[in-house]
Amino acid sequence: MTKARVATVWLDGCSGCHMSFLDMDEQLIELAGLIDLVYSPLVDVKAFPAEVDVTLVEGAVSSEEDLHKIRMIRERTTVLVSLGDCAVTGNVPAMRNLFPVKSLLRRAYEENAAQPVAALSNDVLPKLLERVRPVHEVVTVDVYVPGCPPPANVILNTVRAILSGQPAQAAVNSRFGM
Amino acid sequence: MSVLQEVKTLTINGREASARGDETILEIAREHGIFVPTLCHLHGLSPVGGCRLCLVEVEGANRLLPACTTRVGEGMVIRTDSDRLKGYRRMILELFLSERNHTCSVCVSNGYCELQSLSRDAGITHVRVPYRYQRYTVDASHELFVADQNRCIMCTRCVRVCEEVEGAHTWDVQGRGIEARLISDMNESWGDSDSCTSCGKCVQVCPTGALSEKGKSVAEMSKRKQFLPYLTLMRDKWK
Ligand code: SF4
Ligand code: FES
Repeated sequence: MTKARVATVWLDGCSGCHMSFLDMDEQLIELAGLIDLVYSPLVDVKAFPAEVDVTLVEGAVSSEEDLHKIRMIRERTTVLVSLGDCAVTGNVPAMRNLFPVKSLLRRAYEENAAQPVAALSNDVLPKLLERVRPVHEVVTVDVYVPGCPPPANVILNTVRAILSGQPAQAAVNSRFGM
Repeated sequence: MSVLQEVKTLTINGREASARGDETILEIAREHGIFVPTLCHLHGLSPVGGCRLCLVEVEGANRLLPACTTRVGEGMVIRTDSDRLKGYRRMILELFLSERNHTCSVCVSNGYCELQSLSRDAGITHVRVPYRYQRYTVDASHELFVADQNRCIMCTRCVRVCEEVEGAHTWDVQGRGIEARLISDMNESWGDSDSCTSCGKCVQVCPTGALSEKGKSVAEMSKRKQFLPYLTLMRDKWK
């Protein structure tokens, strides 16, 4: 049997979903028999490859870089999974949507900084979008797995369900917040 | 015997049932172990039919009817679980989730919230309408409690318990539609309220984390709603 080509990406999230993925513990060995992890913060591949079967997306879309990445990933992925509350709802990253980006940057890098930097005229900082958005507001999402984070067994069952062609059955035991 | 106490026979989800004429569709559904989701309704408070989550189909009616405010009638044929109703309920819950800022993961009531658990039970995995991201007030001026309107769904349970059970009428609603929001007294901060008795009943009946006890952190604010049926039972006995 050929292994499925699976990727995971980390946009604006805390990496908790990836930690939860690792919490599969010994079941990771079973999973390794089913998939090739072709791109992920957990492996050392620099560029997102073509023809990926399943991509798990952690995190909301917050910056222009996130936006560029997720569009490219969507094009190269067959089944795109919105993994965790940040990807699904915007969650904590989206709490900044109640403030304009300018005042946010000033507060973080000027007013509250021990060594202030001119945040608004700085080209090292990633360009923030005016609003943080859930992944499905930007690209088409095929499977949603809410949870902060979704438990390891929910992630495993989701991947299994997708690989056996039943994505609709994924994520039944998951809810916002968790 | 008053007309309202006459026994009515009806059909609910294909099952024959009988009920007293003063019972609501919601009551008869619950007596028969049929789950109808509710948010604004709370046993012990007057029903207002505000959230529309409990809408049911009644044969011959030209619209859907809220189970919590509709009395049973002779020969009624009621459906509580059609795909159409499930679709509307999902839509209502998604609109609630998108209207204010319900960030479950950092909410005091994470794990205890009725909006959160009803959403899961309704199979909601994401919200199909755009989130509004409007700012609402957080009033922490009261010595014991916090009112975070980012998490309020305007069910008015707090308003009703305060008026009908505590008799204080500290809470009320200002504005209409999407502009509606909760106010204490004459739109003063809660801590300055002369009418509030600090009984905490509003906090305990609030279905979300909008009203909470001070000092509670994420996922610590469970609510104790059991006092309400007991108080109203005793009050009715006294009458
Ligand atoms: S504060 Fe709570 S009880 Fe009061 S209207 Fe809002 S959600 Fe309902
Ligand atoms: S519970 Fe009936 S309308 Fe809210």
